[in-house]
Amino acid sequence: MWLMTLRIALRALKRNKLRSFLTMLGIIIGVGAVIAMVAIGEGAKALVRAQIATLGTNVLVILPGTATQGGVRTGSGGVRTLVDSDARAIMDEVPSVALASPTIRRTEQVVAGNLNWATVIQGVAPEIQQIRDWQVGEEGRFINQADVDNAGKVALIGQTVANNIFGNEDPIDGVIRIRKIPFRVIGVLGAKGQTGHGTDQDDVVMIPYTTMQKRIMGITHVQGIVVSAVSAEKTQEAQVQITALLRQRHRIPPDQDDDFFVRNLSDIAEAASNSARVMAILLGSIASVSLFVGGIGIMNIMLVSVTERTREIGIRMAVGARKKDIMLQFIVEAVVMAAIGGALGILLGISSSSVINRMMQWPVLIRADIIGVALLVSGGVGVFFGFYPAQKAANLDPIDALRYE
Amino acid sequence: MVQVNELIRVRDLHKIYRMGDVEVPALCGINLDIQRGEFVAIMGASGSGKSTFMNILGCLDRPTTGAYYLDGQEVGSLSQDAWANIRNRKIGFVFQGFNLLPRTSALENVELPMMYNGLHSGGRHQRALEALSSVGLGERVHHTPNQLSGGQQQRVAIARALVNHPALVLADEPTGNLDTKTSAEIMELFQDLNLKEGLTIVLVTHEADVAAYAQRQIHFRDGLVISDQAVRPRVQRLQG
Ligand SMILES: Nc1ncnc2c1ncn2[C@@H]1O[C@H](COP(=O)(O)OP(=O)(O)O)[C@@H](O)[C@H]1O
Ligand SMILES: [Mg+2]
Repeated sequence: MWLMTLRIALRALKRNKLRSFLTMLGIIIGVGAVIAMVAIGEGAKALVRAQIATLGTNVLVILPGTATQGGVRTGSGGVRTLVDSDARAIMDEVPSVALASPTIRRTEQVVAGNLNWATVIQGVAPEIQQIRDWQVGEEGRFINQADVDNAGKVALIGQTVANNIFGNEDPIDGVIRIRKIPFRVIGVLGAKGQTGHGTDQDDVVMIPYTTMQKRIMGITHVQGIVVSAVSAEKTQEAQVQITALLRQRHRIPPDQDDDFFVRNLSDIAEAASNSARVMAILLGSIASVSLFVGGIGIMNIMLVSVTERTREIGIRMAVGARKKDIMLQFIVEAVVMAAIGGALGILLGISSSSVINRMMQWPVLIRADIIGVALLVSGGVGVFFGFYPAQKAANLDPIDALRYE
Repeated sequence: MVQVNELIRVRDLHKIYRMGDVEVPALCGINLDIQRGEFVAIMGASGSGKSTFMNILGCLDRPTTGAYYLDGQEVGSLSQDAWANIRNRKIGFVFQGFNLLPRTSALENVELPMMYNGLHSGGRHQRALEALSSVGLGERVHHTPNQLSGGQQQRVAIARALVNHPALVLADEPTGNLDTKTSAEIMELFQDLNLKEGLTIVLVTHEADVAAYAQRQIHFRDGLVISDQAVRPRVQRLQG
C-alpha cells in the first residue's frame, strides 16, 4: 500500500517534470543555502577551536587597559601601566599561576649579510618557552636569565626567518642586525606552522625583553604579560587572583576601574561561540523563510494538481478509496516533492560549500546531523503544506468529481 | 432481517436536490426489489431520475428519505468509509465515459480497486490479468486508454468493475459513447457475464435494442417507476 502510494506519487511528479522541479526549487535553494552557510559557520568555529588548541587552554594574557589620569582616559594600549616586575610578582605571588613572561612586539627589518626580511621581533623572558611550548633546534639554546639580566644581544629565529635570511647556511652563531644592532643567533625555533588564522608562527625573532626595552624601543614598560595557570581548571581562579594583585600593585582605589585586562582564552572562545549563535539565529530565519516560501509553492502546485486530477479522484473513490486513502496519496506526493527538493538542496549545499572552500580558501565543515535535520524539516514542510490540498481532495464529492470535465 | 435472495430492496425512496431555495425532486417514492442474478435495464427520458437512482444504489449519494437495503443491510445511512468499503467489495461501476485513469496501462487500471482492499501486489496482478482475459482483452494489458478503441476501453472498465468479484454491477449508459456494432458487443459481454456467472447487473439506457439484452425492463418518469416488466425468464443458476 505504502509502496504503491509512493509509486503513484513518483509517477505523478514525473508526469510534470519541469513543473515539479520548479516547485522544488524553493526548497532546493533554501536547504542548499542553509547547508552551505552552516558549513561555513561550523568551519569558522572549528578554526577558532583549533586556534585555542594551539595557544593552550591554560594561557592568560594581561594587557594594559585604559587609565584615568586626571579625568582623561587614554585608549587601550596607549598606557604604560604594566612593567616587568608585575610579571615577576604574578609568578611569585599568585598560587594558581605557574609561569609568566612579559612580551613586547614590534615589526622590524632583519638583516643578515646582504639579505633582509621584515618580521616580528618579540621581546620575551625565558618562561615563554614553556608557556607557549617552543622547541629549540639541537645545537641551540633558549634565552636564559643571564641574557635578560644583562640585556644580551642574542636572538632565536623562527624557521621562516632562518630560511629567508640564511638559506642553506647554519644560522647558529650567525649575526643578524636589527636597527643596525648586531645579534648573535643562539638557536632556531622548532616549526609550529600556521595558526588557524593563517598567520605564520615561524615568522618571528625572539630576543630578551630587556634588550627590546633598552636597545630597540627605549621604553621601561611592557606591552603585555603572558601567563600560564597551573591547570586549565585554575584559569578562572588565576584571573581573579591576578586582578586582585595588580590592583593592589597599581594602587587602584576600590571605586576605580582596572588599568589592565586579563584575557582568558575561554573568554575569546565564548565570544566566538556567541557570534556563532547570532549567526545560527540568522541562518535559521533565512532557512525558515525560504522553506516557508518553498512550502507555499508546493501547496500551490498541489492545489492545481488536485483540480486537474478531480476525475481521477472520483474514479478512485468509486472503486473504494476512502477519504484517508486520497488524503494519504496527496500528502505523500507533497512529502516526496519536498524531500526530493531537500535532498537536491543538500547536494547543492555540499557542492557549493566545497567550491567556496576551494575558491576562497575558507574552512568548511559539513555536519551529518544538519543534513538529517534538513531532510526531516523538508519532509515536514511537505506534510504541513500538503495537508490542505490533500484535505480538499479527500473532501470532494465522488459524483461531482466523476462528472468533472 | 430481510430475505437473503433479494440483493436490492428499495422502499419509498425520495431524493430532493436543493439548489438555493428551489427544491428539485429527482426521485419521488421508488419501491423496487432486485433479486440476485437479475439483469435489469432502467429506461426513461432524460431527467427522469435514472442516474440519481443509480448513484444511490452505488452508495455514492444519500436518499433524502426512504430505505435502501443492499444484501440485507440498510446502507443508506452508513458512514462514508463504510460506503467506500461497500463500493470496493460489493459494487462494480461502468460509466458512459469509461472513466479510466489516463496514461495508465489497462492492467494497472484494473488493479486499481484492489489497491484499496489490501491485496498484495502478486495477487493483484494475477487477478487483474484474469479479469482482463475474461472480457476478451488478454493481449492488450499494457496499452494505455488512448491506445485503445472505445469498445476496448469499455472492456477494461468492465474488467475493473469485475475484479473484486462484486455482487452487483451498475452501468449508467455504458454504450452511450459507442457505435451500434460495438454497443452490441459490449451488451453481449454483459449478457454473457449474467448468464454464465450469474452476475447481477443494473443498466441504464435510452435505447430499446440495448435494453433488449436485459431480462427485466423498468421505466422511470418524473422520479417514479411507471412500468416494470420481465421480458425474458431469469437465468436459473446455482447459488454460490
Ligand atoms: N446535483 C444535482 N443538483 C440539482 N439537481 C440535480 C442534480 N442531479 C440531478 N438533478 C436533477 O434531478 C433530476 C433527475 O436527474 P438525473 O437523475 O440525472 O436524470 P437522468 O439520469 O434520468 O437523465 C433532473 O431534473 C436533474 O436536473
Ligand atoms: Mg443520466
